[in-house]
Amino acid sequence: MKNFAHLFSAIDQSTKTTVKTAALAAYFKTAPEPDRIWTIALFSGRRPKRAVTTTRLREWAAEEAGIPLWLFEESYPIVGDLAETIALVLPETETSGDESLSDWIIGLRALAKLEEPQRKAYVLDAWQRLGGTERFVFNKLITGGFRVGISQKLMTRALAQATGKPEAELAHRLMGDWQPDEVTWNGLIEADDPAADASRPYPFYLAYALEGSPNALGDPTDWRAEWKWDGIRGQLILREGAYFVWSRGEELMTDRFPELARAMDFLPMGTVLDGELLVWQRDEDLPASFNALQKRIGRKTVPKKLLTDAPVVLHAYDLLEWQGEDLRDKPFAERRHLLEKACANLPAEAPVKLSPQLDFATWEALTGQRAEARAAHAEGIMLKRADSPYRVGRKKGDWWKWKLDPLTIDAVMIYAQAGHGRRANLFTDFTFAVWNGNDLVPFTKAYSGLTDAEFREITAWVRKNTQQRFGPVRQVTPHHVFEIAFEGIQSSPRHKSGVALRFPRMSRWRQDKPLQEANTLDDLKEMLRLYG
Amino acid sequence: MTHQPVLSFTERGIYCGAGDFYIDPWRPVDRALITHGHADHARPGHGRYLATHTALPIMKHRLGNIDVQGTAYGEVTQIGDALVSFHPAGHVPGSAQIKVAVDGEVWVASGDYKIEDDGLSEAFEPQQCHHFITESTFGLPIFRWKPQKQVADELNTWWRTCAEAGKTAFLGAYSLGKAQRLLRMLEGEIGPILTHGAIEGSNKVMRQQGIELPDTALLTKDTDPKQHRRALVLAPPSALGSTWAKRFGPAESAFASGWMQLRGIRRRRAGDRGFVISDHADWPGLLSTIKETGAENIYVTHGYTDIFARYLGENGWNAKVVPTEFGSDDDEAETAAAS
Ligand SMILES: [Zn+2]
Ligand SMILES: [Zn+2]
Repeated sequence: MKNFAHLFSAIDQSTKTTVKTAALAAYFKTAPEPDRIWTIALFSGRRPKRAVTTTRLREWAAEEAGIPLWLFEESYPIVGDLAETIALVLPETETSGDESLSDWIIGLRALAKLEEPQRKAYVLDAWQRLGGTERFVFNKLITGGFRVGISQKLMTRALAQATGKPEAELAHRLMGDWQPDEVTWNGLIEADDPAADASRPYPFYLAYALEGSPNALGDPTDWRAEWKWDGIRGQLILREGAYFVWSRGEELMTDRFPELARAMDFLPMGTVLDGELLVWQRDEDLPASFNALQKRIGRKTVPKKLLTDAPVVLHAYDLLEWQGEDLRDKPFAERRHLLEKACANLPAEAPVKLSPQLDFATWEALTGQRAEARAAHAEGIMLKRADSPYRVGRKKGDWWKWKLDPLTIDAVMIYAQAGHGRRANLFTDFTFAVWNGNDLVPFTKAYSGLTDAEFREITAWVRKNTQQRFGPVRQVTPHHVFEIAFEGIQSSPRHKSGVALRFPRMSRWRQDKPLQEANTLDDLKEMLRLYG
Repeated sequence: MTHQPVLSFTERGIYCGAGDFYIDPWRPVDRALITHGHADHARPGHGRYLATHTALPIMKHRLGNIDVQGTAYGEVTQIGDALVSFHPAGHVPGSAQIKVAVDGEVWVASGDYKIEDDGLSEAFEPQQCHHFITESTFGLPIFRWKPQKQVADELNTWWRTCAEAGKTAFLGAYSLGKAQRLLRMLEGEIGPILTHGAIEGSNKVMRQQGIELPDTALLTKDTDPKQHRRALVLAPPSALGSTWAKRFGPAESAFASGWMQLRGIRRRRAGDRGFVISDHADWPGLLSTIKETGAENIYVTHGYTDIFARYLGENGWNAKVVPTEFGSDDDEAETAAAS
């Protein structure tokens, strides 16, 4: 496993994608073929079935380290990662195992059939023989989740460098639910695959954020406006009797959206649509909250119930290919006209809907419509220049996103907790409350939005103003008021305050504001009434 | 005779009633005994200072014109009814544990300390005592240091690899103590060493007092990167990644600190590499020291105080957490919290 641990360190140590890509590519050229397959699997979120519970791992690690379990448990949140905590508390060893990555994985799989004493013996033997990064990697094989910043895009680029095959083709090859121990390197990566061409997406054109008013954009008649949806940007490709769904990160997501297969019943082959994937509430004719969509993207295979509870519809706003012809050089107005014709007769059950355009004659009128975006469950407005081609990547000038300002409320910090991993030792996770008479009622947590300098300052303050500790959580003297910005509010019986916020973050530290002037629970309920 | 404790913990700092003095006080007092020159231990504004001879130059350099007296390691001074002596703490040059004895009862305030002899600071000497005040910056079993020699090899391998790839190696480290320790670990034949002004200031003071350091060149805005191929640039962490660093073209950056033991912090702070090297005791070092003092009463400051004191309590010591205001701008205590 030495070479895999080496690869892991190289990737983990660097923040540069070029370095990560080069390290992966070099590994794909030299590692044994089964290890290459497992590396692709591990870095794209597949992992061997957990052979040992984390409870047992903690107990065994504390025992081996000769420390009480409570001390292990106290150390864990400071490290922020179980596999790493175990690797650090165990006695140091400089040795390394001869087994390959796949040998260890096969060994761990076999544990499922063994009794606990044999499992323990296997794990302890590995801990004693593996030093440094190898021990950490071994623990990760059990606990899962190699989050080392390897996107599918980076993975396919590295594979492309190692094999000379085009990236889009490799992305297609890696889709689906292949099993690492059932495929060969040749079958997965090398052998001819004519279907790959058909799946190839167009690079996405991305909008810039519009700061301030759109007056600077000139004559409003040169522009088209649409709702800016809060979903997932996606490209739907219908070619050669199949459909493909790509995310903006150019990740192939076809398997996650099986309901989009029905698009083939209503639209001809040789069609490529750009739009927003949204969970659609057909009875209200409005998109559901982003939470509903999140449940869908989290899974590679979708259970039936989720498909009926949270059906996904593509809101199409651009037509990139029609009857097999690439339309990207045509003006947006013309593409839009063709898109409207293509979508004209789609029935209600079709998984594609035309994303409507907003009529406006003046910027003032459009500003008025933008204020209504929340009622349409949109997060603002998209502005697109009528005569613009479909460009590649983020380019300034032709597409703008004009988002709503967030909602805000002034709240009192009442609990603080240290961050994990990267932010161990800094207090970064706070609980905020609003007044209800003389009581402070907690209503949200937030852990981003401050500068590092502010986090340091508040950390020093928390240390000196802790009233009580509940495990890692410190109750602090109510003193500091923060402006909390958020994107939406929903009622939630699970919360004491009765509300749940979407994307709460600290937008300002209101050092100017006295404690008593923070907002109240009634203010929060009024916001729920208006925007919930 | 009912007696007051020899040392007590007050809002100004650690106080000795029998001698009417404070140790590392954080508010102005008449008489201050200072363990070492780091900013959170040697603060301005006291009437009189007492520290080891080796610590004086840096203290004067940092605090300006102060009324300060020097003492040799092991020399016993009587202050009021207290017998006071300074003993090597191994933390930075001149750093000391301060031993205070009154009527045969012995207390030791260790300041910051480390066990391994770094070849630069006076090597740590454990002191027998009844009451021991210990830091706990790294008081968790996840912190264990490798021998300095091994870290030096990793460091020099990294520098050599950078040099051979035509890249400048930027190494972040604290200006007082850590930087000079690293200088002595670097293999000069790999290439030239450039230092940032903050570090060169401390270098100059130490060279003047006879501490040997390898040759370094001061980095200025006129330094021509082309004249310094294969260079390693030693700078305070805050200076890494700033605009002057960009002039050097292709570069790698690394950071040397005990906190680099944690992957999360390493990824947040370290740039390309993190080297685990600390001037504070690791977990085994804290425990072995506490055993060697023979003290039954342990006072824990600075770091993971609650956890460390609880562990000591379960293992037969009478351990208490004592509040301090160290750590707000300490050399390393701050590192994890710094950006
Ligand atoms: Zn110090
Ligand atoms: Zn200190």
